[in-house]
Amino acid sequence: MAEAEAMEKALAAAEEPRVPHTGTPTVIVDDLHIVYKVYGSTSEAEKGNAATALLRLLRRQGRPQMKEIHAVKGVSFVATHGDAIGIIGRNGSGKSTLLRAIAGLLPPHKGAVYTDGQPSLLGVNAALMKELTGERNIVLGCYAMGMNPAEVRAKYDDIVDFSGIGEFVQFPMSTYSSGMGARLRFAIASAKTHDVLLIDEALATGDREFKRKSQERIMQMRESAGTVFLVAHNLDVIEDTCNRVIWLHKGKIKMDGDPKEVIAAYNKA
Amino acid sequence: MSQPESAVADAQAGGQATGSLAELARRHGLRRAIARPSLPTYVRQLWARRHFVLKYATSRNVSKYSDSALGQLWQLLTPLLNAGVYYLMFGVILNQKKDIENYTAFLITGVFIFTFTQRTVSGGAKSISGNLSMIRALHFPRAALPLAYAVQELQQLAWSMGVLMGIVLLTGETVTIAWLLIPVALSLQLVFNIGASLFMARVGAFARDMNQLLPFIMRTWLYASGVFFSIPSRVADLPESMSFIRYILELNPAAAFIELMRDILIHDHDPPMWAWSTAIFWAVFALVIGFWFFWRAEERYGRG
Repeated sequence: MAEAEAMEKALAAAEEPRVPHTGTPTVIVDDLHIVYKVYGSTSEAEKGNAATALLRLLRRQGRPQMKEIHAVKGVSFVATHGDAIGIIGRNGSGKSTLLRAIAGLLPPHKGAVYTDGQPSLLGVNAALMKELTGERNIVLGCYAMGMNPAEVRAKYDDIVDFSGIGEFVQFPMSTYSSGMGARLRFAIASAKTHDVLLIDEALATGDREFKRKSQERIMQMRESAGTVFLVAHNLDVIEDTCNRVIWLHKGKIKMDGDPKEVIAAYNKA
Repeated sequence: MSQPESAVADAQAGGQATGSLAELARRHGLRRAIARPSLPTYVRQLWARRHFVLKYATSRNVSKYSDSALGQLWQLLTPLLNAGVYYLMFGVILNQKKDIENYTAFLITGVFIFTFTQRTVSGGAKSISGNLSMIRALHFPRAALPLAYAVQELQQLAWSMGVLMGIVLLTGETVTIAWLLIPVALSLQLVFNIGASLFMARVGAFARDMNQLLPFIMRTWLYASGVFFSIPSRVADLPESMSFIRYILELNPAAAFIELMRDILIHDHDPPMWAWSTAIFWAVFALVIGFWFFWRAEERYGRG
């Protein structure tokens, strides 16, 4: 009974954007809608061949391969200094899209994201090249995150130590085991300090020992950063790390509040 | 679907959707996450990313040949083989060389100089559409990507120029004081390439079919640039009504850069009057227009 009441309260809170009375806001998301286009055929029947493509062109139909996805539909909330906010939800509920929009990497279709400082996404995977040695990738990744040569030199040893890949740093990343690769990527990505930090599933990688290490690193970053957003499927991590949880469902906030209450409600659904 | 063309339009769109939250943001001095920086700020941001541009270009060059047995040797072999194929086709089989002095040097210079522009522009057209995952994960001025592709081709060019100078000397040319102008001519060409590739980067980012079409455009450009024949001798006996073709061919930036380099490397080559002024005009024009055009869509890359 108590749980149901708590859930109702949280649901009501989710409908009206939370404007906390304490703490300075660092991220304000105001009625945010994100629509993006996806290319690539969605079904075997639509793939067709040159003839059907020509026919489509003659009939003045658009490309069926291009789909618009309304991933985030009117999300509003206010995050304050010192918050660690977990974002949970099923696959395709818009979690990663929301993070990218907060980071300013996806333009809003409607609404707005206001931030204090530059939010950054924890992740450099896209800038790394697997044919290159770990050594080169560390430097490349650090530059891609906006460091200068002096900062890279200062952080280099720390990154190698933290990743624990040892002498493998001299070998191409394509020779690494998936765990080693993930460790190095996390080590590079977490080497920079951020105002607003967005973490997308970074904790799902590596062995138990590395999970512990990376969780510690995230706690540290939470202390130095103003606000941390964390997307993870592992609910234990969210419960341990966050002081607030937002439950996204089909692009809308279903619940927003205390981690225990929201996770309990999410597990029931 | 509304696509805000500028930061101002974007702010207006936000203004309609707001209530107290926008007010709260304003009170605490929070700014919108997506806004295009002013042009001077953009140039400064780009300059701050110069280390990334250089490292990314070098890394791409290193990784490019990493799975071939000969490795980096291909940086040298590729231009050599290219020179061989073109000489076989146009020098031996089609025997174009009858009325041109030192046809070997003439042809190879044309091929190498054109390849520099062609590869930079094609790379630029793919630089945004081929790196969407990076654009969607990291923050940096997007012009860093086409720039890195241009730097990558510049590094390739260093090898090609070595091969080119070797071949030219083998054909009996000598090193003259004019060779000091080689860096000047290449710099002008580099500036033009950067401008053109920034322009094509935006076109390629939003018109995806461009990457299919581009090879044909490039081949047409190749045939129109006097790589295999001498433009002045071809247009000399055109009828009066067809003289516009002459102007088109002479205004062609690629032809100007090729003629400049032939003038420098080949002693008996008479440079057309228009080459230097055309080259300078195109370098400045392409950079200004290309950079401005690319910057105008800065906040929209990675969306489509």
